[in-house]
Amino acid sequence: MKILRYLKSLTLKELFKGMTVTGKYFFKRKFTIRYPEEKTPKSDRFRGLHALRRYENGEERCIACKLCEAVCPALAITIDSEMREDGSRRTTKYEIDLFKCIYCGFCEESCPVDSIVLTDIHEFHFEGKDKNVLDKQQLLAIGDMREKEVANARKNDAEYR
Amino acid sequence: MIWDQIWMIIWTLLKIVAIVLPLIIVVAYLTYAERRVIGFMQGRMGPNRVGLFGFKLWGLAQPFADTVKLLLKEIIFPANANKFLFLMAPVITLATAFAAWAVVPFSDGLVLADINAGLVYILAMTSLGVYGVIIAGWASNSKYALLGALRSAAQIVSYEIAMGFALVGVLIAAGSLNLTTIVHGQAGGIGHWFFIPLLPLFVIYFISGVAETNRAPFDVAEGESEIVAGFHVEYSGAAFALFFLGEYANMIMISSLTAIMFMGGWYSPFSGDSWIAQPSILWFFMKTGFFLLLYLWFRATFPRYRYDQIMRLGWKVFIPICIVWIMVVAVVKVYRPDWIGG
Repeated sequence: MKILRYLKSLTLKELFKGMTVTGKYFFKRKFTIRYPEEKTPKSDRFRGLHALRRYENGEERCIACKLCEAVCPALAITIDSEMREDGSRRTTKYEIDLFKCIYCGFCEESCPVDSIVLTDIHEFHFEGKDKNVLDKQQLLAIGDMREKEVANARKNDAEYR
Repeated sequence: MIWDQIWMIIWTLLKIVAIVLPLIIVVAYLTYAERRVIGFMQGRMGPNRVGLFGFKLWGLAQPFADTVKLLLKEIIFPANANKFLFLMAPVITLATAFAAWAVVPFSDGLVLADINAGLVYILAMTSLGVYGVIIAGWASNSKYALLGALRSAAQIVSYEIAMGFALVGVLIAAGSLNLTTIVHGQAGGIGHWFFIPLLPLFVIYFISGVAETNRAPFDVAEGESEIVAGFHVEYSGAAFALFFLGEYANMIMISSLTAIMFMGGWYSPFSGDSWIAQPSILWFFMKTGFFLLLYLWFRATFPRYRYDQIMRLGWKVFIPICIVWIMVVAVVKVYRPDWIGG
């Protein structure tokens, strides 16, 4: 038995075995995704940067019910509201602090009019240490920019909600 | 008369440049190849970003970016370090690593110094490299560097013995210390190369070479979890680059020596008169490249040895096997001289 063991270690059998394994992996398909050029598919439920949506006639959806402000676990949302000339309640201020936000998506779930949504934008940055708060204009602009993708993702996911 | 001498000096200097410059470039690309090969073996891509003029070129400009980065970085001196020794250590490592190349025959007659004691010279030069390691560890004034230096030094010295014995086998087989003569002894196809009659010595020589250059799986000096980077923890910038250069130049050195001593140097593995059987410097480069690939392959495959296992392997396994095989070779050489080395 001992002789066999010596023979095994002196012929470097297991070392060759190990090298065969790594040698095979040399030619295997690589798992790396070359990020900026290639991207992984994203779920329809992806929770990225926030946006405020509008109705098709251009009217903003938000009715300033402040449910999102109430449900937000990180207290990232700040809303002020007043009565508009036509008598409807609208927000005068809708701010999201991106430093506080934890991207849980509760605001979207709580919204009765599907106004605040989390888009699939995950590559964003701000230049300046006071630029972390998104105001209403910025949120609406993101919403206008991504309306098609947002609506599409909501439609695809509708039957599972 | 005097002009002849000056011309001789200039000519020699040119030859040195012709060896050292390509060597440095090969070292640079060896680091690239290492990261690339190991990445591939681990299912990754390795560096594939840095290119030239907007072309990516599979990351081929990576070594230049690394070099520029290392050269521009500050050399930090540890508190109370001996500055002179601290700067001398990497120079010693590099100088010995490069000096050994003087006697390496790249092809028939293509050698800087065709001296008779080439083998001994190489052993001496590679042994001197250990001074760089020890001085670096000592001059750093850091316990980790010192411990790392002691580990490396002990390891290098131990494996030097096994390596020396393995080369004694080659010396007996070829009957010469001159590297060119050793290669000439292996002429006539793959069947005449020394690695067949000296198989155990060949394996031991290459494994000892890996241990001697402190490469994986014998890189305890770099045990990240214990002593960080070993003897060169305190080095940064250009001084670190010199160590790096020295280490990789030594890897290439060991690979080319293995090719020369055991794999027939510049001779073709085929025998006959066809074009593929012609001796060429390309064969030498291919063989060297193969052993360099083995280095990288080892690193991608094997986990690190424990320190006492390294010492056991060197002293209790390699040296006895070497001595036994040297006796076998010696006996064969006396009674059947035509079996080995024509």
